[in-house]
Amino acid sequence: MNVAVVQFPASNCDQDAVHAIRVLGHSAWLAWHRDTSLGPADAVIIPGGFSYGDYLRCGAIARFSPVMQAVRSFAEQGGLVLGICNGFQVLTEAGLLPGALVRNRSLQFRCEHVFLRVEHARSPFTWRADPARPLRIPIAHGEGCYYADEETLDAMEARGQVLWRYCNAAGECTEEANPNGSLRNIAGVCNEQGNVAGLMPHPERACEAILGSTDGRFILESMLGWLERRAAGASAPAAA
Amino acid sequence: MKARIIVTPKKAVVDPQGKTVQNALAHLGYTGVRAVHVGKYIEIELEPGTDRATAERALDDACRKFLSNPIIEDYHLEIVD
Repeated sequence: MNVAVVQFPASNCDQDAVHAIRVLGHSAWLAWHRDTSLGPADAVIIPGGFSYGDYLRCGAIARFSPVMQAVRSFAEQGGLVLGICNGFQVLTEAGLLPGALVRNRSLQFRCEHVFLRVEHARSPFTWRADPARPLRIPIAHGEGCYYADEETLDAMEARGQVLWRYCNAAGECTEEANPNGSLRNIAGVCNEQGNVAGLMPHPERACEAILGSTDGRFILESMLGWLERRAAGASAPAAA
Repeated sequence: MKARIIVTPKKAVVDPQGKTVQNALAHLGYTGVRAVHVGKYIEIELEPGTDRATAERALDDACRKFLSNPIIEDYHLEIVD
């Protein structure tokens, strides 16, 4: 499969994302922020970093870049788009994902491994994971506190749009396991159609044993495997 | 002529900066503080001769689409001479 990784000025996880996709045996390239085409991409990753310095708000300027118009069209046609960390912030600012990400409640930049509970395995981004087994994946962010109003959160939950929550090693979503104050321990969500997802943790940093965890593969291999099944004409899991 | 825009976090959104500043004020002995909200101030200088109503409409649009995020923030726009 072919994955375009978007590169904004001050993206800094772009090369990691390309590396991870290649480690998993697939093809990846960078799409520059001024590009108006994504090339023959099967999926798009919006990587982590500090796009355009994150001035004004994280992701606020990046959402207007030419490449994001291409990402929007790609998403509207049902293409899979995954936003990681800053990429998640960009997708919420662009309105491609619900909610917003605000300053961590502790005001601290948190850089550590966390556990994620996979809410269900019906998504293109989760179907290879076992919801009973928490994923151990690193985070590195100062503004990852997920916010949406209660009505929106209830509707999202009812539709299965919450994909990952912060939990402890036993899979319990406690306050102590929540690194940033996210409402309902939300670490990652998808849109109503299920083809656009975003999360604050970094699966691309957890795809090789030498990096301390390979649990990120469950997320990236879900996405890549879903595309392979779709390409083969097999019935792919429902989007949301 | 210039525009003054004040962006503040919505009341429903937790504002840890405001809370921290409030605590610091208390530590410094400033009493009577009920709540603190930390936001942003944006000043936009307009070209001379700009039509006031047109500028206000355009900047209001910019506030909604770009300068604030309506999910988490409120804004106040004012055009002054």
